[in-house]
Amino acid sequence: MASIRELHHQLVSKERSAVEITQEVLQRIEALEPKLHSFLCVTAEAALEQARRVDAKIAAGEEIGVLEGIPVGVKDNMCTQGIPTTCASRILENFVPPYNATVVEKLAAAGAVIVGKTNLDEFAMGSSTENSAYQTTVNPWDLTRVSGGSSGGSAAAVAAQECVVALGSDTGGSIRQPAALCGVVGMKPTYGLVSRYGLVAYASSLDQIGPFGRSVEDAAILLETVAGYDPKDATSLKVDIPQYSQTLKPNLRPKGRLRIGVIQETFGQGLEPEVETAVKNAIETLQELGAEIQVVSCPTFRYGLPCYYIIAPSEASANLARYDGVKYGMRVPDAENLVEMYGKTRAAGFGTEVKRRIVIGTYALSAGYYDAYYLKAQKVRTLIKRDFDRAFAQADVLVCPTSPTTAFKVGEKTDDPLSMYLSDLMTIPVNLAGLPALSVPCGFDSQGLPIGMQIIGNVLQESTLFEVAYAYEQSVLWSDRKPSLS
Amino acid sequence: MEFDRNSVRKVAHLARLELTADEEQQFSGQLSSILDYFEQLSELDTADVPPTTRVIDVSNVTRSDELQPYTDREAILQSAPEQEGDYFKVPKIL
Repeated sequence: MASIRELHHQLVSKERSAVEITQEVLQRIEALEPKLHSFLCVTAEAALEQARRVDAKIAAGEEIGVLEGIPVGVKDNMCTQGIPTTCASRILENFVPPYNATVVEKLAAAGAVIVGKTNLDEFAMGSSTENSAYQTTVNPWDLTRVSGGSSGGSAAAVAAQECVVALGSDTGGSIRQPAALCGVVGMKPTYGLVSRYGLVAYASSLDQIGPFGRSVEDAAILLETVAGYDPKDATSLKVDIPQYSQTLKPNLRPKGRLRIGVIQETFGQGLEPEVETAVKNAIETLQELGAEIQVVSCPTFRYGLPCYYIIAPSEASANLARYDGVKYGMRVPDAENLVEMYGKTRAAGFGTEVKRRIVIGTYALSAGYYDAYYLKAQKVRTLIKRDFDRAFAQADVLVCPTSPTTAFKVGEKTDDPLSMYLSDLMTIPVNLAGLPALSVPCGFDSQGLPIGMQIIGNVLQESTLFEVAYAYEQSVLWSDRKPSLS
Repeated sequence: MEFDRNSVRKVAHLARLELTADEEQQFSGQLSSILDYFEQLSELDTADVPPTTRVIDVSNVTRSDELQPYTDREAILQSAPEQEGDYFKVPKIL
């Protein structure tokens, strides 16, 4: 499957029709899904219908947008009118939203072809998609390993070219970690850049929607399409959205004009040696491209994980209170009274990790513990933010590994929640500070598993992140390698 | 910190979540170690640190209060597990 620009060119020059492109993707989905399990729902008919509309426009000599006729995947925690939205949870098994998320409206307005809803950890809680109530998405580079999570379905689908680009959501690393594990580009934008209206809430102060692509340019095109102020989201930022894809250049800024800070605390215990080597090589490449490299320190970085696992479950325990078997979703029948119905419905509808986080969060917010946990974590969040502020006084962007390890085996970490949580060690502090960051492929380990480098920017510096990632990508061309799918 | 089965049950009840005996047992052990893990935050002195309630400062977001009727009332009612007339139906409350 070609890039968005190449496909757009093929469409405009009538080399291929949108229907042909969509059919190719649907055939790939049909062939690969028995192995990968990236999609919870494939919307073949609606996709072909949209493709036909695009072809009609082209035939009529109308101009088409760059994303028009391009097959896109959408994580199944974003509401799609008339199309099931399950959040990979039993409790929303039969939920068909009566409205679209703002990002879905924007995709529709851009003429994109939505091919299906991608798998995730239930309510986006997890790092491997093993918490999905329906299926585990495996890694296209090694089918015995996880795709990462929680947006593992979107990451795997893009890596395996079951769609060209996909949307994910990132609360503590849920776009960047699976992007790293599946060898694709994934970005979490600045908090507030993309509307969260219609994104099923997990931890509202951290959740953010972002793009996956096989290249930096594809990811940039998808982000510039879905970003922007939305009056329906009170945390949405009133800022102009740059055309990120228009300013990508193969060269970095003139020598010494781009300062890159390497976060020293991320190169320590728990980091796989091959990941360390690959990221250090990538940093050398950036230096050769003209960047000025320096080591920066973020001493509170490591407190991000415990901080996050107080804040996120606390917010989740409140957000998930709405699943009560009254307005939508499933209900366990024959309860004696309302309270019993709540308890039984939520017991049957939620999976183990969701229950675990609801219990942690309810406890952290309960009378007598609020100061010790939630308030303390919110204060630590300030310290983490200050560390980033200091680092950005020295550097334009920060780099570190995206994930301390490459893709782990399916089942390897399911019995030990803490070891699973450690998978997000490098990505979580970024959400706590509301910053933008992306993961770009930076090599492979000796088993052929992809490795990702995380590039973190200051608030609203998405353009700089794309600029650095693009220059790096063009100089190494890791994206030429394709997964074995075996 | 010890998080025993009783505490798990109490908190789960606050969250209107019925857990099985197995889940209570499992969570009690796991939550104890997760709470121990949280303990490391006490290493940080936060006495004079204000909490971060919003990462990007956006405040006093207002808009004019314009009526925007949603027309597909039936679709919303149909989403409910049980409905009667124009109402969501629930089991008896007391």
